[in-house]
Amino acid sequence: MEMIQEPLLDIRLSGTGLSKVFNRRSIFRDITFQLSAGQTLLITGSNGAGKSTLLKVIAGILTPSSGTVSIMDADIPQTVYRAIGFVSPYLNLYDEFSPRENLFFAMSARSRQVAPDAVDRILDRVGLGRFKDVPSRVFSSGMKQRLKYAFSLIHEPPILLLDEPTSNLDEEGKGFVRDLMARQVAKGILIVATNEQTDVSRYDHSINLDREG
Amino acid sequence: MIGTFLNPVLAVLRKDLQSELRTRYAMSALIMFIVSTISIIVFAIGGGTSRSDVLAGMLWVVIFFSSMSGLSRTFVSEEERGTAMTLQLLVPPSVVLFGKLLFNVLLVIGMNILAVALYSFLMTGFTVTSPGLFSLTLILGSGGLAASSTIIAAIIAKANTKGPLFPVLALPILLPLLVVVINMTRLSMEGGDISESVGEFQFLIAYIIVIITASNLLFEYIWRD
Amino acid sequence: MIRLFLGIWLAIVTLLAFVLPMSANPSAWYHLPIIPGLEDKARILFFHVPTAWLSTVGFIASMVYGIRYLRKRDPEDDIKSASAAGVGFLFCILATVTGAIWAKFSWGTYWNWDPRQTSIFVLLLIYGAYFALRSAIDVEEKRATLSAAYAIIAAVVMPFFMFVMPRILASLHPQPVLNVQGKTEMNATMLVLLISSFAGFTGLASWMWNLEVRIQRIVMNSLSGLKGETRV
Repeated sequence: MEMIQEPLLDIRLSGTGLSKVFNRRSIFRDITFQLSAGQTLLITGSNGAGKSTLLKVIAGILTPSSGTVSIMDADIPQTVYRAIGFVSPYLNLYDEFSPRENLFFAMSARSRQVAPDAVDRILDRVGLGRFKDVPSRVFSSGMKQRLKYAFSLIHEPPILLLDEPTSNLDEEGKGFVRDLMARQVAKGILIVATNEQTDVSRYDHSINLDREG
Repeated sequence: MIGTFLNPVLAVLRKDLQSELRTRYAMSALIMFIVSTISIIVFAIGGGTSRSDVLAGMLWVVIFFSSMSGLSRTFVSEEERGTAMTLQLLVPPSVVLFGKLLFNVLLVIGMNILAVALYSFLMTGFTVTSPGLFSLTLILGSGGLAASSTIIAAIIAKANTKGPLFPVLALPILLPLLVVVINMTRLSMEGGDISESVGEFQFLIAYIIVIITASNLLFEYIWRD
Repeated sequence: MIRLFLGIWLAIVTLLAFVLPMSANPSAWYHLPIIPGLEDKARILFFHVPTAWLSTVGFIASMVYGIRYLRKRDPEDDIKSASAAGVGFLFCILATVTGAIWAKFSWGTYWNWDPRQTSIFVLLLIYGAYFALRSAIDVEEKRATLSAAYAIIAAVVMPFFMFVMPRILASLHPQPVLNVQGKTEMNATMLVLLISSFAGFTGLASWMWNLEVRIQRIVMNSLSGLKGETRV
C-alpha cells in the first residue's frame, strides 16, 4: 500500500477470549487479537460465519457473551464513541435528513465542534458534494454507501472497522476505498471483514471464522 | 460536567424533533387518536354530562390511548428503519434514553394541551374550578406517562409484534398513576384546593423519580442486544 | 417420594379444613373458632390465603432470577425466572377464583373491585403482559433480557399500587390473617392448620417449579440442537 506521511497515533485495541452466543448456538468463540496503530486485521469467513457480529462486538454495539474488548490510548482518553468509525451493511443513516444534517448531528451528538467546511470537504471526498442538501431518502444504494463512509470518517477515528467495504460501489468508489484504507493504516488501526477474494498477506493479522468456530 | 452529558442529550432531542417535524410519524397518529376517541365519547354519553367522575375518567382514557398510539414511535422508528446502530455508534445508552424521554415529555405535554382544549370544547359539562390544581395534575401526569411509556417503548421496539404489545405492557405500569391523576382531575372539577392534594403530588413526583431511576439502570441491557 | 408426601400432606389438610367442627367458644382441641361474619365460609381461607401468597412469591422469584440473569447472563436463570412466573400465574388464577367464590358468598357478588381484588387483577395483568412479551421475542438471550427488565419495572411500581389502593377504595375484605396488631381471631388449631396449608402449598409450588424448570431445560436443549440460522 502506498505510504502517506502522517504521524502514527498512539492507540491500541485488543480483544481477549471473545465469544458470542445466539439462541445457545455459538457464533464464534475464544477470539483474541491485539492491534496497535499502523496495523491491520482481516476477518474472513463464509456467509453466516459471524463476521458482522464480531465487528459489532468490537465496536461496542453488541455485548460479547464472554471476553472483553479494550481500547487503550495514552494521549487523550478516547471513548469508544469517538475512537471508532464503522461502515457496515447494517448501518442506516436518517433518510429524512440530508448528508450535511446527518453529519452535523453525528458531530453534535459526540459534543464535538465541527467547521461547516470540514463537513463539505468530507462530502466532496466521498463524491457526494453535489448532493449535500438532498434528503438521503432518494439516494441509490451506492450513494448511501458513500454517505456511510462520510459518517464514519467525519470524526477522524483512530480505529476504522469496514464490513464488506466495497459493496454497492462502482470502480471509482472502490478506488476511493483503497485510498482511504491506505490513509487509515498510515495513522491508526484498520479492521476489514469481507467475503471477497483478498490478498491475506497484505494484512498484518487475520482471523478466519470458518476455522475458529 | 453536566454539559458533557446534556449536550449530546439535546442533540438527540433536536434530531428527534426535526425528524418529527418532517415525517410527522407520531404527531399524526396522536392527533387522529385524540379526535376519534373524543368523538366516540361525545356520541356515546353526549356532551352535556356533568358527572365529574365520568368526565375525569374519560379524559384520561383519551390521554392513555392516544399516548399508546404515538409514544412508542420514537424507539420503534429507530429499530424499524435500522438507524439504532447509528445512535449506538454515537452516544452512550443513557444519552439515548434521556434524549428520547425529553422528546416524549414534550410530545405528551403538547398532546395533553390539545386533548384538554378539544375535550372542554366538546364536553360542555367539563369545567375546571381549580385551574392551579388541574394544571399541576396535567403536568405531573404527563411526566409520569412519558417516563413509563419511554422505557416500555424501548422494550417493545426490540420485540416482533410492537403495536399491540405496547398498551398491554404499559397498562399495569401506568395504572397507579392513572388512578391518582383521575382522582385529582375530579377534585379540580369539584373545586378542591392544591393544599389538599400534597400527598398526591408527592406520590406523582416519587413515581416519576423511581421510574426514571429504574429505566436508567435497565436501559443499557435493553438497548444493547 | 416428595410427590407422595405432598399428596398425603395436602389431602389431610384439605380433609381437616372441611370436617373440623366450628364453635363459638372452642373448647376441644379440634374445634375451629367462628369468625363473626364469615362462619363456615372461613374454611376457604385454608386455600385462598396460601394461593394468594404464592402468586406474589412467584412474581418476586421471577424478578429475583431476572436480576440474576442480567448480572450473569446464565440461561439457567432465565428458565428459573420464567418457570417461577408460570407457577405464580397459575396460583394467581387460583387465588382470583377462590377469592371470587368467597366474595360471592360473603358479599353477594363475584367481583366488586375491592382493593384486594383490584390488586390481584393487576398482578394477573402483569403476568399476562410478561408472557405476551416473552412470546413476542424469538432470540432467547433477547427474550431473557427484555422480560427480566419488564419484571423489574413492574416490581418497582408495585409499592405505588399498594399505597394508592386503600386510599381510594373502601374494603370489605377481612383483615389480613396475620395482621399488624398481632390481634387474631384464630385459635391455635386454626393457626396450625393454616400454617400446614401454607407449607403444603409452598411445597407443591416449588415441586411444580422444579418440574417446569426441568421441562424447559429439555425443551431449550432440544431446540438449540435443531435451530437453523438465526443471526442478527
